Amino acid sequence: MAETAAASAPAITTEAAIALNGVDVAFRLADGGVYRAVANATLNVADGEFVSIVGPTGCGKSTLLNIAAGLLAPAAGHVDIFGATLASLNRQAGYLFQADALFPWKTALENVAIGLETAGTPQAEARARAADWLSRVGLGSFGDRYPHMLSGGQRKRIGLAQVLIRDPKILLMDEPFGPLDAQTRQIMGNLLLDLWNADRKAVLFVTHDLEEAIALSDRVVIMSAGPAARIIGDWRVKLSRPRDIAEIKLDPAFHELHREIWQMLKSEVIKGYAQTEGR
Amino acid sequence: MSRLKLTLLQILVAVVSLGIWHMFTTYPVFGKMLLPPFFFSNPLDVAQQIVKWFATGVIWKHLYVTLMEAMLAFAIGSVGGVLVGFWFARQPRTAAVFDPYVKMANALPRVVLAPIFTLWFGLGIWSKVALGITLVFFIVFFNVYQGVKEVSPTVLANARMLGMNERQLMRHVYWPSALSWMFSSLHTSVGFAVVGAVVGEYLGSAAGLGYLIQQAEGVFDVAGVFAGMFVLAAFVIAIDIVVTSIEKRLLVWRPVVGDARP
Repeated sequence: MAETAAASAPAITTEAAIALNGVDVAFRLADGGVYRAVANATLNVADGEFVSIVGPTGCGKSTLLNIAAGLLAPAAGHVDIFGATLASLNRQAGYLFQADALFPWKTALENVAIGLETAGTPQAEARARAADWLSRVGLGSFGDRYPHMLSGGQRKRIGLAQVLIRDPKILLMDEPFGPLDAQTRQIMGNLLLDLWNADRKAVLFVTHDLEEAIALSDRVVIMSAGPAARIIGDWRVKLSRPRDIAEIKLDPAFHELHREIWQMLKSEVIKGYAQTEGR
Repeated sequence: MSRLKLTLLQILVAVVSLGIWHMFTTYPVFGKMLLPPFFFSNPLDVAQQIVKWFATGVIWKHLYVTLMEAMLAFAIGSVGGVLVGFWFARQPRTAAVFDPYVKMANALPRVVLAPIFTLWFGLGIWSKVALGITLVFFIVFFNVYQGVKEVSPTVLANARMLGMNERQLMRHVYWPSALSWMFSSLHTSVGFAVVGAVVGEYLGSAAGLGYLIQQAEGVFDVAGVFAGMFVLAAFVIAIDIVVTSIEKRLLVWRPVVGDARP
């Protein structure tokens, strides 16, 4: 199926999957003022490219993701998805949220199947494919569990299956492994890379963890501290794939890149930290 | 504590209470009755009265009437509460306009409505049903309203990113959330439906548990009043057991208390 899509529409691959063009994000404050969260962000994510955004806490990384998802409208600038300007919800994107986003009243299987069912797939077929996806994320025998019966890591796996079953062309991820413990994060990172390797979607991955960003991505984008956060750095990660999250961290090239990026990030982190403390 | 021990202790409480009641209503202390039987009757008379009601079968008609009234009040009040709750939650402007009137109506002690309902709907069951509805409606309404309002923004955003349209959001997100809130108040709303029925009967009717109690009171038949109260209590407990089992079945997806953060 991927072959026919590529053959019939070769032009699409030349367009960036996500193109943020001079995007401003602003919020109206309770006192009538305006808070400018992100200023003049321009960023391209090519089709099949894995890009991470790293920045200090509160710099508006997640907001940028909501803009790319179409959940939030930019105050200025525009977003192009495969060349078409985004006017409403981004129908080509799947979004993995930081917080728990599963439907607590649905079982794991129903949670995974729902995206297909609402799109008109017959229930039996949707459930069968959902069962298949559950085993792909390693939870094949957990289909009848409700989210509260599962651990944080298991819920993230369900969330991943829920998003990927719809086969979106773009994957948006907002610190998806943030609340997990270190070992689980590593396992989830490898799972994500495995799944991504199968069909190479465009990924925009937001994190505050630079190591995670380098280990996963093709490119790492650094944002400055807010307000009016800007994109201040853009590094290409020239590490070979497929990767193993734990092993790649031992690679000297990994260390070199990490040191280089951290030099820039450090001052921004201190700035961002000072601001959130002062608030 | 083991299950058996707990049950035994629970029975012990009943036996001791009944024993004290019996002692003080039957045997004088220093030549004086601490609980004069005229005002307090005694357990044996009350038991006799209850047995008589069930033996002659009089009670069934009254239980049936009260149950009918409570169920109708619960059903109609719930449907109304769900519809209006949904409507207000999805139309904030409407909710804002009606807000003071909703608060006003809810603040009104419902008992004062009973005479008006009797005037409007007569002495039959419908005046009691109406009283019950005014109680049930507000409980369900506030819970459904809250349930729709308090849907997690992340779950909502996720549903939209998964491609749900407005109708699907209603079915897969708002409705289950509202239902869970409504069911969490199920015990309260069913209880209030019974209260509405019994109070309505007490204030003027020709049948029902409230009527039985009121009749007994009218002729200073204290044993009859107590008997009515015991039957009513057993009736409410029976309904509560049914509600609990329904709740367990419908809310299996919710964490058990103590299983997660309160």
